[in-house]
Amino acid sequence: MRKACHNMIHELARRDRRVLFLGSDLGPGTLDAMKKEIPDRFFMEGVAEQNLIGVAAGLALEGFIPYVNTIATFLTRRCLEQVTLDLCLQHLPVRLIGNGGGLVYAPQGPTHMAVEDLGLMRLQPDMTVVAPTDAEEMKRLMVQSLDWPGPIYIRMGKGGDPVVSRPEDPFVIGRGIHLRPGRDAVIIATGVMVSRALKAAELLDEEEGVNCGVLNMHTLKPIDTEAVLLLARETPLLVTLEEHVRSGGLGSAVGDTLLDAAPNPMPRLLRLSLPDAFPKGYGSQDALLDRYGLQPPRVANAILDHLPTRH
Amino acid sequence: MQKHTSLPSPALDARSRELRQLILRSLQRSGRGHPGSALSLVEIVRVLYDDILHYDAARPDWPERDRCILSKGHGCLALYAILADKGFFPATELGRFCSVDSPLGGHPELGMVPGVEASTGALGHGLSIGAGMALGARLQGRGSRVFVILGDGELNEGSVWEAAMFARKHQLDNLVAIVDANKLQSYGPVGEVLDMSPLPEKWVSFGFAVREVDGHDVPALRSLLAALPLAVGSPSVIIAHTIKGKGIPMAEGNPQWHHKSRIKPEELTEMFRALGVE
Repeated sequence: MRKACHNMIHELARRDRRVLFLGSDLGPGTLDAMKKEIPDRFFMEGVAEQNLIGVAAGLALEGFIPYVNTIATFLTRRCLEQVTLDLCLQHLPVRLIGNGGGLVYAPQGPTHMAVEDLGLMRLQPDMTVVAPTDAEEMKRLMVQSLDWPGPIYIRMGKGGDPVVSRPEDPFVIGRGIHLRPGRDAVIIATGVMVSRALKAAELLDEEEGVNCGVLNMHTLKPIDTEAVLLLARETPLLVTLEEHVRSGGLGSAVGDTLLDAAPNPMPRLLRLSLPDAFPKGYGSQDALLDRYGLQPPRVANAILDHLPTRH
Repeated sequence: MQKHTSLPSPALDARSRELRQLILRSLQRSGRGHPGSALSLVEIVRVLYDDILHYDAARPDWPERDRCILSKGHGCLALYAILADKGFFPATELGRFCSVDSPLGGHPELGMVPGVEASTGALGHGLSIGAGMALGARLQGRGSRVFVILGDGELNEGSVWEAAMFARKHQLDNLVAIVDANKLQSYGPVGEVLDMSPLPEKWVSFGFAVREVDGHDVPALRSLLAALPLAVGSPSVIIAHTIKGKGIPMAEGNPQWHHKSRIKPEELTEMFRALGVE
């Protein structure tokens, strides 16, 4: 996903003179091809994230479209005030690309794991928040990011994530993608959890005869209210699945939508997420997802436990 | 009340008094604001807008203009006064300062006030934004210069120094920082709250070309700002030594006048009187 994203930035920069890349202190070799071909629009500016965002704001005020990339925690927590005031308040088209969203940096511990990034970014007025599910979806998003008004936070996965998005599904920022219809339950998932949702749905179908759907909610803000309410009308159990703490992310966004619209009957909402706690342990992203019950078998079990009376 | 002692500045001339009266007009209606923080930088914005900056008040977004960011956004009463004086907006707006439907808030906002280049108020943001603008001007081949006015208390913020490192790395000699060194932050003297000395040496070590000036001495400011950049290939910083509350004796060097709410009518009368208005 990261490579696809970087290649797209390079490609967009080739096509459009407004596009430039700003990194903090990323790995050696990052976007070397762009640095070589378009050196005047490639910047690597050190471990100074507050300045990075302010500079991006200044460049955006002069008509540029900066793509800013560093580790998700440092892009959201470290310089939150710059993101809020320099970018959101001034409504500037800066694109924030957060490496290692969720538990990707599990081996590095809680300083590096971005488990509340979506919530922090969702809270900021004017911010658009997207968590693409795989490299192919990232490419589609990047094309649309170019002329999107205002700032965007893009949560990046680890890379090598299974490709589950389909080229035939139109990708539109703010519009969820129905990947699989479901009569008994529908999982609304975001980011790399979409592939887990699909597997859990298959397990439920094959082993339990439960008809479970999947909606890829790549955009958390603006949330696709229409898609949520459509599912709410047709499905007795909605499940949100995310690699994020319980508050502020996808579960909260879907919950807000349901509360505001108060459909009758109100479907049951099961929010599967990380707990409201710093993740414990290291290992791998998959190991921690397993520890917190977010891998397909336990997701399927949790859904089984919460199914209203089967029909 | 403890007063900041410094060499005597030249007496304020008619124009400096007139601009200060505009500040008082804003305070008159709202009864609140940051008077001390605005009064110290009147001569800085006066010289910039009278003599130095290239701009067109009728076309505030003219691409070739010089940019001026008031990073110490709480000093906005001085900025509003000079922008009104220059015709960016009608001076009658000053009388609505801080009211619910006024474009003029307690900190300046982009898009609300013609001539305001960035939303500031949270400290330590302006120099990075200005550095981005200066870099942008270079990339676009424009001759625009970017001036960023900082407070000396604001220099407590680490982000200022992040921006300084960036400006030096990119040799942004179209970027000029002006420090309104009024020696007082909210709680008390900068030297006591968080001592920034030796200030010129700090900027030198960060790669800036540095000059110090009496920030109320109009001819001195004028000749210094007319000779920019101070060094080719380096960002410049002017440390303007000023007096917080300058021009209003009861406010001069008095931390109680950093921010004021419920300014009393008799205080305003005294302030106007200090500026020669009975």
